[in-house]
Amino acid sequence: MEGSFLELTKLTALMAAEKIRKREISVIELTNAYLARIDELNGAIGAYITVCAEQALRQAESVQKKLDGRENILPLAGIPAGIKDNICTRDVKTTCASKMLDNFFPPYDAAVIEKLSESNVVILGKLNMDEFAMGSSNENSWYMPVKNPWDHERVPGGSSGGAAAAVASHMSCFALGSDTGGSIRQPASFCGVVGLKPTYGAVSRFGLIAFASSLDQIGPITRDVADCALVMNVIAGHDPLDSTSVDIEYPDYTTFLKNDVKGLKIGLPKEYFGSGLHEEVKAKILDAAKAYESYGAIIEEISLPFTEYAIPAYYIISSAEASSNLARYDGIKYGYRAKEYSDIIDLYKKTRSEGFGTEVKRRIMLGTYALSSGYYDAYYKKALKVRRLIFEDFQKAYQKVDVILGPTSPVTAFKIGEKTANPLEMYLSDVYTVSVNIAGLCAISLPCGFDSKGLPVGMQLIGKPFDEGTLIRAAYTYESNTGKSGVTNCGI
Amino acid sequence: MEYEVVIGLEIHAELATKSKIYCGCTTEFGGEPNTHCCPGCIGMPGALPVLNKAVVEYAIKAGLATNCEISHYSRQDRKHYFYPDLAKAYQISQCDYPLCRNGYLEIEVNGEKKKIGITRIHIEEDAGKLIHDEYGRGTFVDYNRSGVPLIEIVTEPDMRSSAEVKAFFEKLKAILEYTAVSDCKMQEGSLRADINLSVRPKGQKEFGVRTEMKNLNSIRAIVRAVEFEAKRQILELEYGGVIERETRRWDDVKGESYSMRTKEEATDYRYMPDPDLYPIYVDQEWIEQIRATIPELPDDRKKRFISELGIPEYDASIITASKPLADFFEAAAKESKNAKAISNWVMGDLMKKLNDTGLEPSDIPFAPGNLARLVSLIDENVISGKIAKQVFDIMWETGEDPADIVEKKGLKVVTDTDAIRSVIIQVISANPKSVEDYKSGKTKAMGFLIGQIMRETKGKADPQAVNRLLKEELDKL
Repeated sequence: MEGSFLELTKLTALMAAEKIRKREISVIELTNAYLARIDELNGAIGAYITVCAEQALRQAESVQKKLDGRENILPLAGIPAGIKDNICTRDVKTTCASKMLDNFFPPYDAAVIEKLSESNVVILGKLNMDEFAMGSSNENSWYMPVKNPWDHERVPGGSSGGAAAAVASHMSCFALGSDTGGSIRQPASFCGVVGLKPTYGAVSRFGLIAFASSLDQIGPITRDVADCALVMNVIAGHDPLDSTSVDIEYPDYTTFLKNDVKGLKIGLPKEYFGSGLHEEVKAKILDAAKAYESYGAIIEEISLPFTEYAIPAYYIISSAEASSNLARYDGIKYGYRAKEYSDIIDLYKKTRSEGFGTEVKRRIMLGTYALSSGYYDAYYKKALKVRRLIFEDFQKAYQKVDVILGPTSPVTAFKIGEKTANPLEMYLSDVYTVSVNIAGLCAISLPCGFDSKGLPVGMQLIGKPFDEGTLIRAAYTYESNTGKSGVTNCGI
Repeated sequence: MEYEVVIGLEIHAELATKSKIYCGCTTEFGGEPNTHCCPGCIGMPGALPVLNKAVVEYAIKAGLATNCEISHYSRQDRKHYFYPDLAKAYQISQCDYPLCRNGYLEIEVNGEKKKIGITRIHIEEDAGKLIHDEYGRGTFVDYNRSGVPLIEIVTEPDMRSSAEVKAFFEKLKAILEYTAVSDCKMQEGSLRADINLSVRPKGQKEFGVRTEMKNLNSIRAIVRAVEFEAKRQILELEYGGVIERETRRWDDVKGESYSMRTKEEATDYRYMPDPDLYPIYVDQEWIEQIRATIPELPDDRKKRFISELGIPEYDASIITASKPLADFFEAAAKESKNAKAISNWVMGDLMKKLNDTGLEPSDIPFAPGNLARLVSLIDENVISGKIAKQVFDIMWETGEDPADIVEKKGLKVVTDTDAIRSVIIQVISANPKSVEDYKSGKTKAMGFLIGQIMRETKGKADPQAVNRLLKEELDKL
């Protein structure tokens, strides 16, 4: 029994859906297999904050009933998925991994959850993360740190660490994460799975608990590129309830699953290969570039001169928006409230001091400072100008190339506790991912081998706005030819 | 020393849109606490704002009606402060790029015309309301009002007296009513004013230090607050004191203001463009579409009432200052042939009734046609002016048609000369002294006798007939 369960959880969404369609397996069997896997591993990995076993089984039964005797079955029907705990799920606790929201049960579903439900996806539970999505290691969760499935001494990356770890350790078939400065791509790279940050405006943010509204974007974390395309087909699209959602025609992303990059121009930004990039990671990325050349792509060196300003601009903009977005957690309407207080000001102070963790408080203070009168022009306004320049950097680059290739993270998964003492060093590890959010582009991280410690290395492909199709095509080509994907068992 | 008072206003008007500014909830006043709410307007995590297009249209309408330039590009900003009634701990407002700017209204005080500049009009959301429990169980929050759309109208510091403030405020209120931008129900808080006031020695160019009084919700309170604060500041300076830059609260019961917070304690609102909302782009075509929906405004209506209906300028300004009153007047005047008489009734008895009862012109309890018919009854000599006042009172109470009232109560003028003559003869014989006085040239006695006759006929006798017949009878003696 155990053995067959393990086999079921090894299947990608595409493969499992095929078996469901052919009535080889039932949705209930598949869901049970995942719940058993979670039972077995979650204690060690800490990927889930909330497991909705009963609800998942109920949903599995109702989905199976719907599928019985039906021919037209949606591509992801019956596939069990995990959801990052900053995406609202009706009547299911949604915590942002914060004490502040430990008792928060949203009265509504996020737009992406509605879409998954309509597609008959089974929701297994809510995935661990850095508190309010602030962090690159998942050590900032109020509940517990997430362990990297490849090495339990190491971090899974963040902030969607639970999502990446769950997919890598087969505790969910795929997951939805969110990416504000690399929070999907960096953990995907640390855990050896595929993570896509869609173009800003491609996926509705309605129901995503905001960290930095102008940067946040929900996206899929999957075992391979085909699953990524399938999930994108469900979640991408215009939503009138999100004013920043873009109203365009969204393609069928599976049509880009083609093993063909002939003539595709791929740019390597020289700024992404300088000091700070670990030699082993660098070697893997250059190998990938060579591989692309051998498939018929044209590799060109390009320059993104404002790269060095991306980190400071990112931390000012994201912290400023966070200080505003997180102001609503005041102990009045929902969430944590301090037990004892003398008056309303005291209630605010104690609630927020006790309810938020250190990193969240640090960012709120940074952001509040950046928006204060007298400092606004020097910090926030300046950062917005830099944002424009970084966007123009990419615009110029895309006149020459179709897609940009580089590392996702300068290093592979680091040890738990290794960087917690130095937040600035932690921030610098976002150097290759934040520009994408600042410029509102799309980018995918996919596995491209292992370092000498046996840890996954991720490479990043950055695309033009709304050109996820090209990313999927390029990633699929690499995956098909090298066989490198998140399907690889992480050894547990 | 002689001082000059300098006043600017910030006026908040709730817009009359059906739904809130960033969600689909109703804007209806009242309702059980927290029943006109959704995840959006109570600031739930993950909820997002979507701008109600009607709010932009209403605000542009207000801007056009107050001679503003309409911005083709404007932005929505977050204004941060902590207070339990502010669900998101920020209010979505407009800071650097408001929807309308550089407007003005012309007012007239003591026959002098003056332009009052309007710096800007911007859109923003209202906050909820705190309810302090009367049984001491604590403070509760009602978010029904949270997200109700407002416009804030900011004037230049162009006003110099409470009379100018009153004239400006009434004019603005009339325009907002005429354009149906706001229902302007001050007692429900849908129109309220903050007063910025400073004083300076007459002739001095620089402004004095100003104070701000917040949330005045009646015209009477505005006038009294201006007068109190001007006096307070002048006295302070006269006795060698200094004015502090501060926010003051007006206590309408005590008739005085007191300090709420000084500038040092002032909040830093940390304005930032709202990343959940894109800028508002308004093209000329849209502006023209909105302009086409603006109805006749008070000034034009006043001119028309004077020229078409022939009523005095003073009456016309008072009547057109309130849209419902002007509508009532116009409907009555159109049904009657005597607009001047209608205007007299409106300016006299009707206004007095409204004042005495505290009702709004929109609440007048009888139809305009009834007033027109009342005037006709007088003009056709069916009832006397005196009786008409009685009929008016009954109309106010019951809403009945004046002709029915006259019929039912038997108030018709008695024109039957025989009937009147018999009363006259009776009165003459009962008052020989007065008759003698009259005969000896004391014309006053005539008035007394008429009074007696009217009393006997309960005021219903046709006064002209009484006059003529009495003279005849007296001359016979």
